[in-house]
Amino acid sequence: MAGYLKIDHVDKSFERNGVTSEVLKDISLEIEQGEVISIIGHSGCGKSTLLNLIAGLTEVTSGAIFLEDKTVSEPGPERAVVFQNHSLLPWLTVYENVNLAVGKVFGAKKSKAERHEWIMHNLDLVQMGHARDKRPAEISGGMKQRVGIARALAMEPKILLLDEPFGALDALTRAHLQDAVMEIHGRLNNTMIMITHDVDEAVLLSDRIVMMTNGPAARIGEVLEVPLGRPRQRLELAGDRTYLKCREAVLKFLYERHRFVEAA
Amino acid sequence: MSAEAQFETVVQAKKAKVFAFPAQSSTRRVDLRKVAANVARSVVPPLIVVLLVLLVWQIACATPGASLPPPSLVWEQAGELIWNPFFDYGNGDIGLAWRVLASLQRVAIGFGFAALVGVAVGAFIGQSVWAMRGLDPIFQILRTVPPLAWLPLSLAAFRDSHPSAIFVIFITAVWPVIINTAVGVRNIPNDYRNVAAILRLNPIEFFFKVMVPAAAPYIFTGLRIGIGLSWLAIVAAEMLTGGVGIGFFIWDAWNSSRLPDIIVALVYIGVVGFMLDRLVAGFGAFITRGTAAN
Repeated sequence: MAGYLKIDHVDKSFERNGVTSEVLKDISLEIEQGEVISIIGHSGCGKSTLLNLIAGLTEVTSGAIFLEDKTVSEPGPERAVVFQNHSLLPWLTVYENVNLAVGKVFGAKKSKAERHEWIMHNLDLVQMGHARDKRPAEISGGMKQRVGIARALAMEPKILLLDEPFGALDALTRAHLQDAVMEIHGRLNNTMIMITHDVDEAVLLSDRIVMMTNGPAARIGEVLEVPLGRPRQRLELAGDRTYLKCREAVLKFLYERHRFVEAA
Repeated sequence: MSAEAQFETVVQAKKAKVFAFPAQSSTRRVDLRKVAANVARSVVPPLIVVLLVLLVWQIACATPGASLPPPSLVWEQAGELIWNPFFDYGNGDIGLAWRVLASLQRVAIGFGFAALVGVAVGAFIGQSVWAMRGLDPIFQILRTVPPLAWLPLSLAAFRDSHPSAIFVIFITAVWPVIINTAVGVRNIPNDYRNVAAILRLNPIEFFFKVMVPAAAPYIFTGLRIGIGLSWLAIVAAEMLTGGVGIGFFIWDAWNSSRLPDIIVALVYIGVVGFMLDRLVAGFGAFITRGTAAN
């Protein structure tokens, strides 16, 4: 058995009004348990589509995705997603939002008291226990995203999928949340796949960076190993040679070899 | 006119007081005054208008041989209907409150069914593209049929006036509920659907935990239109079907030339209709308190 999550020669094309457009072409990738992978690429290159395929929200056109040797065919809580726009249900409080997930995933396995403890444990993990009775409209964007992460973690997923989780946040909040994610990974050693636009974020957080070529029919252009130890400190790494080299490699890939012409 | 001018000065005097001592008076006292000023602002103007209308009406209808009774005559002849809505003299001679309650009961049953069926059918149409394509054109045509046009058919089907009236209520109120629910369900953000998919919510869980709360603002808009239409329809239906009810009361009063009674009944209908609308709106605002603000 090679690879915890295995993406095997996956193609994805959408058909609209009889016109087929290829989005992803021949994507193959193997991810080990506990690894943090970033997927980076210009907008429109199909990063989100790839994540949706892994999540099971979209079906592959050809090829297959295996998690622990089982084919991924539909969405499920073992592949929890943290959405870019948090996607908390606005009529539920922070606690109830996490409870919806916990009740569904552990409703039969845990007692009520255990579920309550588990919800609070996950809220405390993202430092949101104090806001348990607030509604999403009453908390800031960064806090919503924290709750989104807590909800996903509370499903005890085998893989945590993060779809540009910090894209809508300001730089300072983003840094806080990146630290939070690193800390959580340090504690749980969970497997994560994260989509990002941000080169620093990719280098700081990941073990490997998957760089996508421009669409249509985007493929994996290059996979970069980030040989940095953990735990990582943002400030120490700012001048670190390996860090800078990785950063440079990603920048070169994005802006030299696969420049996004339309965006200019 | 002088009353209005007086009112203006009163309000200004109140305002002046509030603004004169903001620092000294406690917040509670300021609040009370503000509340009083708000009440004055919203209650006094309509009161003045009503008085003016009554005055004009009195002058216009006071001449002997006027075809409609002036307010003084209404008070004289139908006064008991106004100040004692709950009398019961037997032989069907009962106060207007009882008649309104009889009508409200029909509305409650008919509208209750309309709400249940409307939300269920609306959810189905909103979820399924094919149900939408197949049913929407039919609904768009049926909803324009005036409520009373259903009555003969419904009398023929039920062979009894009571269920017929209820059916008319149902068929009147159900369309706006269906259509608004369908729109609400179609507008559920894809993100919520994705969350539900990842959690593997089954259709029933999805309906109660995501669909209904997410579409609640739309559903309540439909319910509010529906209750208004029901109230319109019940009065008209009762005029034709008879029995106990505010609509039949009007028809009966017309047949025995009791115009003052009709006028009082109209006021009752208006006030009750207004309260029904407020009730549904208030209930909707309470239920959807988290949903509107995202």
